[in-house]
Amino acid sequence: MRSKLFLGATAAFAVLAAGSVILPDWAMFLCAMALAKGLVCLGIVGMMRGGVVSFGQGLYYCIGAYTATLVANSFGVSDIFLLTLLSALACLLVGMAFGPLLSSYRGIFFAMLSLALSMVLYGSLSKMSVIGGTDGLNIAAPTFLGWAPEGRPLQTALYIYVVAIVVIAGTLMRIYFDSEQGLITLATRDNELRVEYLGASVRNIMTYNYVFGAVLGGIGGTIAALALGHVDPEFAFWTTSGEFVFVAILAGYLSVPAVFVAAIILELVRSFSNLYFPNTWQLALGIFLLVVIVLLPNGLGSLVGRRKGNAA
Amino acid sequence: MDLVATILVDGLIYAGWLFIVSVGLTLVFGVLNILNIAHGSLYAIGAYASASLVGAYFAAGGQAFPYGSYVALILAAVLVALVLGPLLERGLLRFFYGRDEVLNVLVTYAVFLILEDVMKLIWGVNPYFVYEPYTLLGDVEIGPLFYVGYDFAVIAAAIVVGLAVWLTLNRTRIGKVVLAVIHDSEMSQTMGVNVQRIYLGAFMAGTFLAALGGALTAPMISVTPGLGVNVIIVAFAVVIIGGLGSVPGAAIGALLVGISRAASVHLLPEAELFIIYFVMAIVLLFRPEGLFAKTQVRKI
Amino acid sequence: MTRTVLEVRDVQKSFGAVTAAKDISVAVPEGAVFSLIGSNGAGKTTFVNMVTGYIKPDSGSIRFADRDIAGMAPRQITRMGIHRSFQIAQLCNDLTVEENMLLAGAIHGASGPSFLRRAHDPEARDRAVATLERFNIAEHRDRLVPELSGGVKKLLDIAMAMAGDTQIMLLDEPTSGVASDEKFPIMDLVMEALRSTGVTVIFVEHDMDIVTRYSERVLAFYDGRIIADDAPDEVLLDPEVQRYVTGTPA
Ligand SMILES: Nc1ncnc2c1ncn2[C@@H]1O[C@H](COP(=O)(O)OP(=O)(O)OP(=O)(O)O)[C@@H](O)[C@H]1O
Ligand SMILES: [Mg+2]
Repeated sequence: MRSKLFLGATAAFAVLAAGSVILPDWAMFLCAMALAKGLVCLGIVGMMRGGVVSFGQGLYYCIGAYTATLVANSFGVSDIFLLTLLSALACLLVGMAFGPLLSSYRGIFFAMLSLALSMVLYGSLSKMSVIGGTDGLNIAAPTFLGWAPEGRPLQTALYIYVVAIVVIAGTLMRIYFDSEQGLITLATRDNELRVEYLGASVRNIMTYNYVFGAVLGGIGGTIAALALGHVDPEFAFWTTSGEFVFVAILAGYLSVPAVFVAAIILELVRSFSNLYFPNTWQLALGIFLLVVIVLLPNGLGSLVGRRKGNAA
Repeated sequence: MDLVATILVDGLIYAGWLFIVSVGLTLVFGVLNILNIAHGSLYAIGAYASASLVGAYFAAGGQAFPYGSYVALILAAVLVALVLGPLLERGLLRFFYGRDEVLNVLVTYAVFLILEDVMKLIWGVNPYFVYEPYTLLGDVEIGPLFYVGYDFAVIAAAIVVGLAVWLTLNRTRIGKVVLAVIHDSEMSQTMGVNVQRIYLGAFMAGTFLAALGGALTAPMISVTPGLGVNVIIVAFAVVIIGGLGSVPGAAIGALLVGISRAASVHLLPEAELFIIYFVMAIVLLFRPEGLFAKTQVRKI
Repeated sequence: MTRTVLEVRDVQKSFGAVTAAKDISVAVPEGAVFSLIGSNGAGKTTFVNMVTGYIKPDSGSIRFADRDIAGMAPRQITRMGIHRSFQIAQLCNDLTVEENMLLAGAIHGASGPSFLRRAHDPEARDRAVATLERFNIAEHRDRLVPELSGGVKKLLDIAMAMAGDTQIMLLDEPTSGVASDEKFPIMDLVMEALRSTGVTVIFVEHDMDIVTRYSERVLAFYDGRIIADDAPDEVLLDPEVQRYVTGTPA
């Protein structure tokens, strides 16, 4: 069983990595951004399996992005591995602080409290002029273990890096989803009372999922910041989080690859709608979201996965 | 002493505003069992509608009787409720009654996204100013402090709204039916209540209250895109402090948040942004369902 | 003289104006089989809920394993060895019968639930299926919960409750919602499985034939009080019990 998973992961890596040869610059950038955001969405999907949806995952996307930027700018760190690690750590800590608090909330409470947290960060960052206020900050191009590429090689390296992270994170999350703890998460979504009466802690499970989501959000934010070369408080704005929710709903919680497919679809649709309907992006997103809710309530994943828990 | 008075007056003004923007949210939740995220957009639309209508009023020579602009304000909220209330409730929400809570939040979230852009399409992205109704009532002097009279009009409006909602719910036949639906909609249906009508009515009332909040606020601010999101977050905080679905809860929540925020503005300005959540966290710590919610253990 | 495993003393509980438990005191010897009877709303489920932590008594103590467990969380009490089934089966509707059983196994597994070990691990599946077979419901293993009959749901609910180390098992109406010709077979199955492990059993039941056949002591509830506490034959002859519970003079 596991061997099938690793084979799938290797294949996914090969296919995605081939993109670095085939794709034109703009498409490679688009894919890198989509995959980075897909990581954030994967975290939401992990929570969705337990029955809660975070409307404020931009919080961690933003914390990750700012951590990387501040570390890079203050300490001259440019190594992408180190930056990713530090951001993930920062998000791990913040997630461990908020996770236990949020873990007793469900449904609208969880959704709105997570949204509120992200908007507090947005508000605070917007007011802090020392770190750029609403304008945000720039971050220099990353280096890769001492190698400092420029131009297309830089883009390619960044792209391969995010592909590798996506494949690793996706594989780990799949292993988690299929694990005993993963089954408890699914059961929690269904019947918390039963889970508690079997002797498992629903709050712990919710906290784990939240913390994993935080770390994934931070990694996604770091990569997005490096790809864009710039961060600003918009990373934590509700519209950003809204797109993450959208991707998670479009993907559904059955399949991991579906999350990244959905993320790429979103970025593609966005870049085209930017071209043709520049002022109606939220509108299109909202309508699309309603359509998905009505027509595809279990998301893209339900088109391929046979049954939850068994999908690759 | 002055400081205490200032905090109290500022707090009351803010609480009045908070109550108006959140009471509709709690009412709709109580009846329809849907947390309407688009409440924030309805507020923003109310603000735009009132800015347009008041603007039109003065453009049409309203200077001769400037107080008519208050009628225009309220008319704007009524219009929003008449148009968007039935459109959203009959056209969309009714298909989702009884479904999963989170799914319903997503549905209203989608509406929120849609309305954000619809507003930009209708009103553009440039700010609207209608300051006339704000200055019309002159200033009020309380001891050494000066306040804009309009601010007190907001408090008065909040009291009127609160009394009206309370009286309607508790002293009229239709109100008792609504309370019965809030208590148990299935039971009410079997007892012959036309629940569909109650849902529509409650949603329109909620829409009116949201839009009224926006309409009353429009003269105090520059009406720009993006008003909605902060309102829904703040209103949600107020409503869960008081207990989802409870009208008195919304009033107490508004007072708590209003006064705490005023205190923080004057004593600890850095905390202004967080104070609402701080109050909310404290309340939820001791009463996880909010102050006035009926805490029910599910029977098993 | 056997040891007392569970001692409930002077427990009170009211919900607003409703008194659901009043002066409840019971001592349950190890290995005993108790039954709780009483009309609807008498307080039987409330008793089970208080012992298993779902409801915190207003006052009084519930002693188990040298501790007062009144007010502890269900999860903690479960871990101490008091398990229960439910009047309305509490199952995970999106999972198959086997997965429900796997869930119980995963939580009760020796090393605790793992982040890496597959829930559908072949060994775990074998164990789950073996349990399902013990309860005669293995044929339904791949079906989703909503497709099951009431009897199968009840059995699955009980089977899940029995995973792990049980010292006391509380069964809340194990045969309600079960076709009448299935009641005895189900009780036979359950009691056999429980007796073989020497578990103390407390079950709630409306059917007096089942009460007399399977329990050695009966607690009759009325209006939140225990109005009789004795061997089945004695309790069923009690005039108060006849008036308020069984409804017919024997
Ligand atoms: N969570 C609760 N909230 C409010 N009242 C409750 C709650 N649980 C039980 N009650 C009330 O307490 C009383 C005892 O209920 P309980 O469920 O213990 O009865 P029971 O003996 O199990 O009845 P049945 O045979 O119908 O299951 C009833 O009047 C019931 O309405
Ligand atoms: Mg009962």
